[in-house]
Order: sequence, then C-alpha cells, then structure tokens
Amino acid sequence: MSNCYFSVERAGIYTTFQDSGYDFLQHFGVTTGGVVDNNLFRTANKLLGNDDNEPVIEFAYQGPKLKLEKGNVQIAITGDVHFIISKKSENYTDTLGKCFQTYQLHEGDIIDIIATKSSIYGYFGLLGGFKLNKYNSSGSTLVRSKIGPNDGRKIQENQLIEFNKESQNEKLKQISFPTTDKSNVIRVIEGPQENFFSLETINQFYNSPFTISKSADRMGIRLDGNQIISKQSRNIPSEGIIKGSVQVPGDGNPIVLMVDHPTIGGYPKIATVILNDLVKLAQLSFGKEVSFEKVSIETAENLYYENKNNLDEIFKSIKNYNN
Amino acid sequence: MIKNVNQISEQAFLLDFGDEVTREINQNVINTFNFISKKMQKNNPLGLKNCVPSYNKLLIHFNPSKKNKDELINFLNGIERLQTESSVNIDEVEIPVCYDEEFALDIKDVSKKTKINEDLIINSHLSTQFFVYMIGFMPGLPFMGDLETNLNVPRLMTPRLQVPSGSVGIVDKFCVIYPNQSPGGWNIIGRTPIKLFDKNKIKATLLNPGSKVKICKISKKEFLEIQKINE
Repeated sequence: MSNCYFSVERAGIYTTFQDSGYDFLQHFGVTTGGVVDNNLFRTANKLLGNDDNEPVIEFAYQGPKLKLEKGNVQIAITGDVHFIISKKSENYTDTLGKCFQTYQLHEGDIIDIIATKSSIYGYFGLLGGFKLNKYNSSGSTLVRSKIGPNDGRKIQENQLIEFNKESQNEKLKQISFPTTDKSNVIRVIEGPQENFFSLETINQFYNSPFTISKSADRMGIRLDGNQIISKQSRNIPSEGIIKGSVQVPGDGNPIVLMVDHPTIGGYPKIATVILNDLVKLAQLSFGKEVSFEKVSIETAENLYYENKNNLDEIFKSIKNYNN
Repeated sequence: MIKNVNQISEQAFLLDFGDEVTREINQNVINTFNFISKKMQKNNPLGLKNCVPSYNKLLIHFNPSKKNKDELINFLNGIERLQTESSVNIDEVEIPVCYDEEFALDIKDVSKKTKINEDLIINSHLSTQFFVYMIGFMPGLPFMGDLETNLNVPRLMTPRLQVPSGSVGIVDKFCVIYPNQSPGGWNIIGRTPIKLFDKNKIKATLLNPGSKVKICKISKKEFLEIQKINE
C-alpha cells in the first residue's frame, strides 16, 4: 500500500480512469477507448503541470465522493461540474468548488463531485497522477473488455485510489476556459457508404432533426428521429471503424460511434461527425435535439487544427491565484 | 491491390481492395497490413495510431496533422510499387473443440435447416483448413473461412444476450470463436477450452490476421482437463 490514497465513499454512475487510449491494438479487436472529451482532459493536466497524457478520472452525470485518507495533494476538476470540498481543518464545512482551478487537499479532506450540470462528462485529475497498473502503456479502462487499470473495472464504492506522490505548497493555478458552443448543429463529412442511401433519404438525414436517445454511452450515441433506411443491403462486409462514424443499422436509427466502439462493424455509414463537433455531441444529454450539416474534409481539418491552436492559446492564460 | 484510397475523416483513410469477400483479396489486405505494421514499429514517423485489416478494406488511423497527412498520402501511393509480396504468415494453429450436446447449442437447428446431419457438419468443420480473415468486434475474436461445405446458415433471428466464452459459431461459410462471454448471433456448434485472448501475455492474441487454423475434436473429459490447465 502506498502512503497516499483516497477512499471511495460513493463511486458515481460511470467513473473510470482514462487517458488518450490505446494505439496499435485495434487489429487484435481491442478498441481505442480513452477520454470522451479530450479538451477537458488536456486542460486538467495542463493546470496541474502534469504530462499531457497523465491518466485522470472521467465521470458521467454523477461523479464520485472521495475522502483523502492519507497524504496531501493538489487536484483540479474540469468541465461543467457541481462539486463540494469539505476540509477537515474547517470541521467539514461544505465549500462550493470551482472548475478549472487547482485546490490543495489535506489528509482527511473530502471532495464530493455531485453532478455535471448542462453536460455529461467531467474530469478529476491530481498533481503527479494516479498510481495505476497500465496496459500497453495506457491508463485507459475498457470496461466491456475488462482491460486497463483497476482490473478493467469502473471505480467501485469502498475501494482505495492510490496516487503517485504528495504535493503541498505548490502554487494554485486557474484558467479561464471558454464556455462551449451550445448550438445544436453537428457538422459531418460524407460517410464511406453514403451511396447506400437514396438522395431523398440523404436529404432527410440533413434536413430533419434527431433526438439524443437514452441509449448513449461511451460506446455509441443512438439517435431517434426519422428512420434512415438504406436503399441497398442493410449490411456491408465488416470493416474497421472509427469514432464519429454515423452507422445505420437495419432499424434505421443512426448510431454515432464513440470511444469504446467495436473495432469492426458491418452497418453502412452515412456520415462521420467531425472531431471538433464530436465532443460537443457527446456532452449533450438525452432528449436534446441535434441536426447535421455537411462540410468538406478540408473544413473539418481546418476546424481541428484551429481548435488545437486555440486550446494552446488558452493554456497560455494559466495564472496563479491566492486562495 | 489497392483500388482506392479514401479519406473518411480528419484522422483516417480507408483503403479499398475490391468489393468481394475472397481469400485472394483478403490476402492482399493482410500483406499490406503486415508491410505497414512493420513501419509502425520503427519510431512511427507517419503518426499512425492504428491499422485495421478486414475482409477487403484496410483502415489507417493517424494522428491528424497536415504533415502526417501529406506524408501518409505519399507513402500510401508508393505502396503499390513497393513489394508487399507474400510476407506469408506461416503460423498454423490447432484449436481443440468439443462438440458435445451441452456446448453445441444450435447444431440441431443447423442440421434441421440444412438437412445435413450433425456428424457431417462436424466433419466439414474438422476437415476445413481455416484462414483468419480478420480479428475484431471484441478482443481476439477471429473471423475464419472458408467452411469446406458452405452450410448457408444465416445468423440467428434473435441474437443471444450471452454466448459462453469459447463458443464456436458458424454463419454461411464463416466461423468465429468468442474469446469471452458476449452477446452474439452466430450458430453455436461447439466450444473450445483454449484462451484466444489473454491480456496478461505479451502477445495477447493466439491468432493473427492471416493465420491458418485447424480444428481437432476433443471429448468433454479432455475439454475439462485443458480448461483446468489454462486457468
């Protein structure tokens, strides 16, 4: 047992260790996994001064409630998250926490990540990182395949979460992170099997909105709306797939594949959500309406590069603050 | 060889080797996959993240940047002239399968549908020299062909929610083995006690795309013995 760890008083709904995911394993049937929201993941590690790919805790809807049993450590939460810090030295008075800034926790302190607000995924990171058994140099948990840290499982109530090193007296940092674009237009590029669909069906796909169904998770986001029926076969010879692909199964309800997608799939794909908008889509909760807009691959690439540069600019605004 | 290089997203190309599903086309896919895999191992100058062979396509997933994209296009365009020649996979694996009633959940139905008796179905399975077209869907699951007798059985109308791990399933001329318990719609005719995916091993999968596979028949007693050793 290491000498710094939290205990888990409440695990939350879907709480896992994640980093950027697995490379070079998809041909063995192991999916990429990794964080859903790469922007928030990168920001957490930047704030804490960690390596870019240091694993963090990802939570969805309700997060975990953790007690720092041993050690002192600086932490940060990124996202749109309602959380409370209760310090032992203040007789456990609840203090509302702010996202996008670091906090110093001391032995005995409690952090309660109550819920994400108008989004789904949030991130909890700490200085120096968690102590994990990595698989193929990744700290990403694939729950369905039982691969990765924590024996490939979600974080459980009453377990301990060890971390690598104590931190104390480090400067506290904050960053002003822009509020995310709240428009419900999701941009896509043409999918590899768009020609499986009639012109009329394609127009319908782009002109009528869809609703995010309850069946939305790290594997895929199922959409409700007008059924999109292929004019050709409802299956293709299975082929390698990537996140963002909009596959259309026989029932006509499209599924946008997310980070834990199966490695190959046999449904025709009408479109691919651009990387820049995939995070936005994944953060929308069920019942929200979205509509698709087609852009060129060049536009998609430029938006991706722009977003990356913007984020690097935002990181320059990290500054110290006094508690 | 490569018929088309389609960019399907900011981070992926899908190489098209033809419309049909044949061993010849798939062997081309696998040769190209092996060629690119070797590139990936050497400090990965092209920013590749994944290379995924399937029946007649090869997915190339890369870290999106202008430089990576331009270099990848050059590299992919050059492949045809390079010799991806038969880096023929010589690995041949024997997999023991028990066809006892308790494991062969669908063999009676298959027999009824095809009007081929159970022994002939098993014999056809045993005499086939299988070839692994691809591995995927879940960790370590091989898609193998071609059954010596095309039994032409379709998928189950309603997929099972839980197929026991090690189950051997057939659909048309193909055969899969489920490495772990999983939902699935294939017709189950037997079960293997062998682990096809072991995350604790350096090489986690027993098979590779392109591997040759022979099935041998074992009794329930042998099944249990092998299972015990493998635990």
